[in-house]
Amino acid sequence: MAVSPVLPKLVGERVKRREDPRLIQGRATYVDDIELVGMQCIAFKRSDVAHARIRSIDTRAAQAMDGVEAVFTGAQIAELLAPMPIGTPFPSPDHRAVAVDTVRFSGEPVAVVVARDRFVARDAVDAIVVSYDPLPAVVDVELAMTGKPTVIHPAFPNNLAVALVPAGTGVSADGKVDDSKVDEAFARADVVISQRMVNQRLAPTTMEPRGVVAHYEPGKGTMTIWSSTQNPHILRTFIAALTGLGENQVRAIAPEVGGGFGAKINIYGEEYVTAAVSKRLGIPVKWTEDRSEAFVATTHGRDIVGYVDLAAKRDGTVLGLKLRLIADIGAYNMLLTAAIPTLTQLMANANYKIPAVRATLTEVFTNKTPTDAYRGAGRPEATYFVERAMDMLARELKMDPAELRRKNFIEPNQFPFATQTGAVYDSGDYEKALDRALKVAQWDRLKAERDKARAEGRLVGLGLSMYVEVCGLGPSSALPTGGWEHSQVTIERDGRISATTGASPHGQGNETTFAQMLADQFGVPLEHITILHGDTGVVKQGIGTFGSRSQAVGGTAVHMAGSKVKAKMAKFAAALLEAHEDDIVFENGTISVKGAPASGKPFASVAAFAYRPVPLPEGLEPGLSDEAFFEPGNNTYPFGCHISMVEIDRKTGEPTLLKLVAVDDAGNLINPLIVEGQIHGGLAQGIGQAMVEEVVYNEDGQLVTGSFMDYAIPRAIDLPRFELDATVTPTPVNPLGAKGVGEAGTLGATPSVVSAAVDALSEFGVKHIDMMLRPEKLWRIIQGGRS
Amino acid sequence: MSQVSMTVNGKVRKANVDPRVLLVYFLRDQLRLTGTHIGCDTSQCGACTVMLDGRSAKSCTIFAVQADGSEITTIEGLAADGQLHPLQQGFWEEHGLQCGFCTPGMIMAAVTLLKDNPSPTEREIREGITGNFCRCTGYQHIVNAIQHAATNRGAGAPGLSKR
Repeated sequence: MAVSPVLPKLVGERVKRREDPRLIQGRATYVDDIELVGMQCIAFKRSDVAHARIRSIDTRAAQAMDGVEAVFTGAQIAELLAPMPIGTPFPSPDHRAVAVDTVRFSGEPVAVVVARDRFVARDAVDAIVVSYDPLPAVVDVELAMTGKPTVIHPAFPNNLAVALVPAGTGVSADGKVDDSKVDEAFARADVVISQRMVNQRLAPTTMEPRGVVAHYEPGKGTMTIWSSTQNPHILRTFIAALTGLGENQVRAIAPEVGGGFGAKINIYGEEYVTAAVSKRLGIPVKWTEDRSEAFVATTHGRDIVGYVDLAAKRDGTVLGLKLRLIADIGAYNMLLTAAIPTLTQLMANANYKIPAVRATLTEVFTNKTPTDAYRGAGRPEATYFVERAMDMLARELKMDPAELRRKNFIEPNQFPFATQTGAVYDSGDYEKALDRALKVAQWDRLKAERDKARAEGRLVGLGLSMYVEVCGLGPSSALPTGGWEHSQVTIERDGRISATTGASPHGQGNETTFAQMLADQFGVPLEHITILHGDTGVVKQGIGTFGSRSQAVGGTAVHMAGSKVKAKMAKFAAALLEAHEDDIVFENGTISVKGAPASGKPFASVAAFAYRPVPLPEGLEPGLSDEAFFEPGNNTYPFGCHISMVEIDRKTGEPTLLKLVAVDDAGNLINPLIVEGQIHGGLAQGIGQAMVEEVVYNEDGQLVTGSFMDYAIPRAIDLPRFELDATVTPTPVNPLGAKGVGEAGTLGATPSVVSAAVDALSEFGVKHIDMMLRPEKLWRIIQGGRS
Repeated sequence: MSQVSMTVNGKVRKANVDPRVLLVYFLRDQLRLTGTHIGCDTSQCGACTVMLDGRSAKSCTIFAVQADGSEITTIEGLAADGQLHPLQQGFWEEHGLQCGFCTPGMIMAAVTLLKDNPSPTEREIREGITGNFCRCTGYQHIVNAIQHAATNRGAGAPGLSKR
């Protein structure tokens, strides 16, 4: 028998992506690329006022237009669709996919047009005339909490969606609050840092706006829905529930998806409406979001005001933290809206053994686009508040910011570490990550460079931030959908391997990383493996992709299903080779008996035998296919340290990010190339929040930043070349030891950049600057310092 | 309706178009060349970039009727004889894409960038793609991809060396 080529181990290697050939040649299929026979297009008439009663809607001109199939008002859609469901246990006001009698944010749908093509649909939308009786717009979140200028939802006095939910030290399971330990910590503090900070509203801005195609087939009673979504299985569940179909009658497909960043977790009104209209008319219909629409219709992220109080001893020992959070959630609860700021509470302990923590949360309705998950989703806010406060404390105590952190770290031997706010950190070595970052950045040399630049009159500053985030979501107890992930692995008759995953990628590269794992597991070439995803007709079960869970949860499910199939294949091989199954070895495309590679059978021939097992080995069924649900026992808690160097132009106030060093610990890495890409993208968004991004509303509740003319996302020229390094602290939560990395960049970069800007302007006595670092704001500080 | 005739990816295409139809919609809806994407409605993002008479152009900034008589190359026409263009190869080798939505436009913009400046510095690359947004990569691997193409062009690089 010929000697098999030796296959290299692929886990841990920089394997280039298998997704790319279709993407770089324009051969991929995104939702808007789908064309079905007889398909018509949907467009939404949207409110152009923030808060008003709808007096009348005149659709006659639209209905009379050539090519218009149908027009639906909110009242007509309400006959087809129940109110929008949410995925959190918090009380929620009635929310219709299309407004019925009151609009509560500018951009809320008020009518739906179905027409021959997108252009006719748009013309018809413009022909609809809506009359409004204006109501006062609720814009300022802290004013809104007092019920001023009005109350948006009558059942929620003072616009309070969630009122003062406490977490932390002295809060018992039944919600009783004992403040004595927190009060005592502050009473014996030498120093207390107090600062109001704004973690501003952001637009997630996937490059592909959202889109939906729904095809209800009346003869069969089945619905196929294609959507630019992060989680087709959750979409299936909700679409079935709202259209009155069974889950076995709905097939949800996430084709190529052009980015998600949390904004495509939601099941949106447009998805329900497109499905309901297809069902009502019995034809396929498509809706494609414009960019201008995306800015008002796709959920926003962040928008939390934090009142931060940090108590410490003169030597830098942190004694206590008080965090009062006020989240501006916009006009309605969406799928996870109310839950996102609770993650800010959960992560208030940060990387430190703070003995007394009180984190209090209020969520407030305003007349704005609803908020929900955006990359990081609650954790960047916690990191920002704590790390900015730590930076202010270091400045107050005249300590090196790195040394202040070092003094307060949770120590490696303290894991698993139960925080004051209820998290159980799985594993960590924060000092190691800090030391690596200081070394990579050459911290002392950077300080010398900064001081030299200052001596020349330049405004240069350094910022350092630690972070720890909660990823690999999560145990089923933590998620309304369940927190497991699913995979089915099948060895086909020819020895090729198909594996499904419920983790539905939109840039994460699962087709590559999961194949790397299986290639090693079965000792076969990467090219022999196909990863199937994003289609509930193919992938039997799944949850989806969010919370940096693809690898840690989805990857583990693939590994588990693979292990089951491998065990069965070993039994078939044992029968063929007349050996014991425990002695069977899979390597280099061959299955053999340990110590006797020459005796081996080609992988494909064992597969063929499994499908025509003559004779059938005792106790075995034919075939090689098995599935696994992985239920993680805990979340994972990746961490790291990011360092920034910022220069501010003394004349114009324009900030430039000169340097960014990121050391991230995501546990074991399957593909470092893909991990780097994930970190880079997160850093860009984290830096974007610090430097250029901000959703702005005017006093009437009109979105001022409603296009790329007004809302900046970082361009290539805005960013430096990032310097990356890693430490590796595996998690015990899953057998891969992988923690998750998708959101890491948005955690540490943001406070490190702001702290660097504050450091750069320290000669003007400034202690804190709210984001974004608008040149005008910085220029005013410089001018104020001079006067 | 107006009649237009243009050469798209080497083939003559004649069609009747509504005068208000943008070139990008003509390419996508009528010619079914869906590799060219629409990422905004204000001509900022560059996802719709194609080659128009040898130069990169945002196909959302012109009407199809204005492109009458033009020669157009879209992402589908960039690989020649089944061989990837050096920029396509570079993006693959250097992990220059994640979700892939901006990628066709990014590549088509880079074609002109390298045509004008065969050995760009990192700064010049970053300036050269400023009209193209990417939300996934943080641009670093895109810069690497374009550098890769600049270094390896010629080696199976029909698209670049011809023009």
